[in-house]
Amino acid sequence: MLARDDQNPPRRTPLYALHISLGGKMVPFAGYEMPVQYPAGVLKEHLHTRASAGLFDVSHMGQIALRPKSGRIEDAAKALERLVPQDIVAIPQGRQRYAQFTNSDGGILDDLMVANFGDHLFLVVNAACKAEDEAHLRAHLSDDCIIDSLGDRALIALQGPKAEAVLAKLCPETPSLKFMDAGPRKVDGLDCFVSRSGYTGEDGFEISVPAADAERLAKTLLADSDVLPIGLGARDSLRLEAGLCLYGHDIDTATTPVEAALEWSVQKSRRTGGARAGGFPGADKILGHFDRGAARRRVGLKAEGRAPVREGAALFADTTASEPIGKVTSGGFGPSLNAPVAMGYVPAALSALGTIVYAEVRGQRLPLAIAAMPFVKNTYKR
Amino acid sequence: MTTTLYTSDHEWLAIDDDVATVGITDYAQSQLGDVVFVELPKVGRALKKAEAAAVVESVKAASDVYAPVTGEVLEVNQAVVDEPALVNSNAADKAWFFKIKIADKSELGGLMDEAAYKAHTA
Repeated sequence: MLARDDQNPPRRTPLYALHISLGGKMVPFAGYEMPVQYPAGVLKEHLHTRASAGLFDVSHMGQIALRPKSGRIEDAAKALERLVPQDIVAIPQGRQRYAQFTNSDGGILDDLMVANFGDHLFLVVNAACKAEDEAHLRAHLSDDCIIDSLGDRALIALQGPKAEAVLAKLCPETPSLKFMDAGPRKVDGLDCFVSRSGYTGEDGFEISVPAADAERLAKTLLADSDVLPIGLGARDSLRLEAGLCLYGHDIDTATTPVEAALEWSVQKSRRTGGARAGGFPGADKILGHFDRGAARRRVGLKAEGRAPVREGAALFADTTASEPIGKVTSGGFGPSLNAPVAMGYVPAALSALGTIVYAEVRGQRLPLAIAAMPFVKNTYKR
Repeated sequence: MTTTLYTSDHEWLAIDDDVATVGITDYAQSQLGDVVFVELPKVGRALKKAEAAAVVESVKAASDVYAPVTGEVLEVNQAVVDEPALVNSNAADKAWFFKIKIADKSELGGLMDEAAYKAHTA
């Protein structure tokens, strides 16, 4: 088939040719052709990231600069606070924070990272949502901000206990960065944005690099014997073990941040009684959930047996109930635990740790215990 | 004398008289990736041809293994339950899933020999 016949041919990141040369198995993902795994396989890639360092191409994600028309960063921060329940004003220069765009019903339109780069805010958003996110920003913030889509940049994540030592060879400031520090840095002489963050539960970095230099930087990192390329398969099992939400699965337009157990991401200043309480889409519903609790809650789920419980599996209160109480939103095998792990939604009354619920898998009801997350302890350098 | 035949769903059957030993092909395991869980049928279960008989799960997804012929399950291979990675390392031999008593040998007529299977996966 010729791609030119397709309405929307899959897009390629600046690292596409490198993925092919490394033997990446390419699959369609969020409109892109992305490597799901390399010849090492998902299991080895996952364990390598936990033991050493893994390199991920996350260039499909959206990178957006919000530049205040007034020239004052606090004006961009105040403007963005109209769209997210997070305290953006309080993000110091050189720091990054996790946030969510909400809708008028309190649901989540997307989750994102927001960094204060001094004269502008730098946002990283999900690939599948980036066009809508940009339109949303333009529709609501254009009076205050220039919304600059940074389509000419690639994004590389380097994750794992050896990531610091590997990156320090190319960027001497690396060891001085703490978890969620973010800002412009030279990496191997290139003009990059570096944040000490990621989505694997491991210590690590995300490096935004000009697209034209991305392959050179990726090859330099991969030349280190501690680094292996890691595909989307292991990225998913790593983030699941870390108890992190995957947009469109664990969170979506029908879940509020409180239902999603993301209360920690909403600072007191934006909650009832706070200095800048409310003022974001769906504030009534979300603050109501903070004040009175939500009826359901995202929880971790651990099986006793070895059968993985997958996304979509219905959850029941007991082995004979006919009506499900919730469902699994992410689930699979956790290679670091050598056991199945899942997360999903249950009624708040059944969300206490240790409560047993049952997942229906191939006609059987398998017991699952509500379990603390992360499933694998994170190793962030705070 | 053992004959090995293949299904279009990537099971192999080693046929010895009226008993078939069933596994998945090396091609199938390479497509699945790392196998982390295997669920086998109970001994004595009566299987119909094309019925889901076993489940093999990789890190990412679950796949059914279908009964290639109608018959009764005579024996299952606990080794693949205890060590699912055997499916990746030894799909065509040690990692057999179950043995089935073939009820109707005429069902073998629709299966492929090695050359036909190679062409099927080429």
